Amino acid sequence: MNNYEFHWNVVFDAFPQLLSGAFTTVHVSVLSMLVGIVIAVLLALGKLSNNKVFYHFANIWIEIARNTPALFLIYMAYFGLGAYGIHLSPYLAVFSALVFINAGYLAETFRGGFQSIPTTQYSAAKSLGMNNIKVYRYVILPQMFRRIYHPMTNQFVWSILMSSLGILVGMNELSGETQRLQSTSFRTLEFFMVAAAMYFVITKLVLFTSSLIAKKVFKGELS
Amino acid sequence: MIEIKGVHKSFGDLEVLKGIDLNVNRGEVVSIIGASGSGKSTLLYCINAIEKINSGNIIVDGIDVHDKKTDINKLRQNLGMVFQQWNSFPHLTVLENAALAPQIVKGFSKEKAQEIATKELIHVGLGDKLHEYPTRMSGGQQQRLAIARALAMEPPYMLFDEVTSALDPELVGEVLDTLRLLRDDGMTMICVTHEIAFAKEVSDKVAFFHEGLIEEIGTPQQVLDNPQRERTQQFLSKVL
Repeated sequence: MNNYEFHWNVVFDAFPQLLSGAFTTVHVSVLSMLVGIVIAVLLALGKLSNNKVFYHFANIWIEIARNTPALFLIYMAYFGLGAYGIHLSPYLAVFSALVFINAGYLAETFRGGFQSIPTTQYSAAKSLGMNNIKVYRYVILPQMFRRIYHPMTNQFVWSILMSSLGILVGMNELSGETQRLQSTSFRTLEFFMVAAAMYFVITKLVLFTSSLIAKKVFKGELS
Repeated sequence: MIEIKGVHKSFGDLEVLKGIDLNVNRGEVVSIIGASGSGKSTLLYCINAIEKINSGNIIVDGIDVHDKKTDINKLRQNLGMVFQQWNSFPHLTVLENAALAPQIVKGFSKEKAQEIATKELIHVGLGDKLHEYPTRMSGGQQQRLAIARALAMEPPYMLFDEVTSALDPELVGEVLDTLRLLRDDGMTMICVTHEIAFAKEVSDKVAFFHEGLIEEIGTPQQVLDNPQRERTQQFLSKVL
């Protein structure tokens, strides 16, 4: 039973490939997060809008993103779109699925952050003679950003971990790379242990950096 | 001078102000008293156009507040307002709270805005809290900050909307002391208040509101010591 012998040399030799996979993981997560944020702002505005078309479009997007497995979305992007003659690379398939999901989740975070600012803050700012742009720029958005900052960090960590589903469509991110390396070396346990440790280090680094920034930027109430 | 002429205001089917006429001269302190829902606070919100009115006019120094052509953001600089909930900006220090509007609305340099803000903060007794965050202060201190923040715009008029009613009883005194200070400075003030003794002490005029109308108005002696109207008598017998 317990006579499995660990061979780490194979893993160390393959470390450059693992690092390159990790880079792709971070790359797709950062990009899908950035694009997701932009779309999420629009979707959040849609959910707050009186325009029915805009509202329902945003609502459907958000509901699908939040209530379907990420795996299905990646499969639909990679295999499903093929039915319409659209052939995405593994990277693009994972990227678009992550953008879709990030946008859906973040839209609700943004909407919640926006609605959590008491309307009396608007009145107070207005009573000081501020126009709408100044009210938002100096009073509402800084407070809103504090409230959505940590949920946004969580979403980013989620994106990093979820990008590992790229393994299923042959993407060369950290998991895909690990899968390829272990299948040729048969050092399954070693490769997946190291890859898991790498995910751990990446997400811890993200959380650590995030809290450093928060401490620097958010003084006062919510630091 | 603030002239309020025949002001009507409804929220949907509910008519809250049913024709209010009131003049407030420069240097005057006018207190508005009355039961909850009588329209006192709504009138204040209408004076600085946070709420629209349905008919009538509110004229501040010759400018019609609700005229579409009026630059309301400019006019509001003349109408300092302090709310029941102090509404300090939690992401800014005490000094930044008070210096924000002079800097970004009046366009003063940061140094000048902070100089004015510091002066007002010292005036209300917060000179030792300049770099504190408001959420770490008591309600009374935050309310005094709200007063200093409004004063930093150097408005000729101040509107106070039940500024002590959300405070713990032991904190009411310090805020009322601040209002007395302003009265002594000659500030023109409209105070919506439940503090009858305070209204009696500081006001030149007291207006008793009942169901959207001014039921009785006059000097504190007339309205509070010797009310003529039955509704006023009933109200005062309940609160005194």
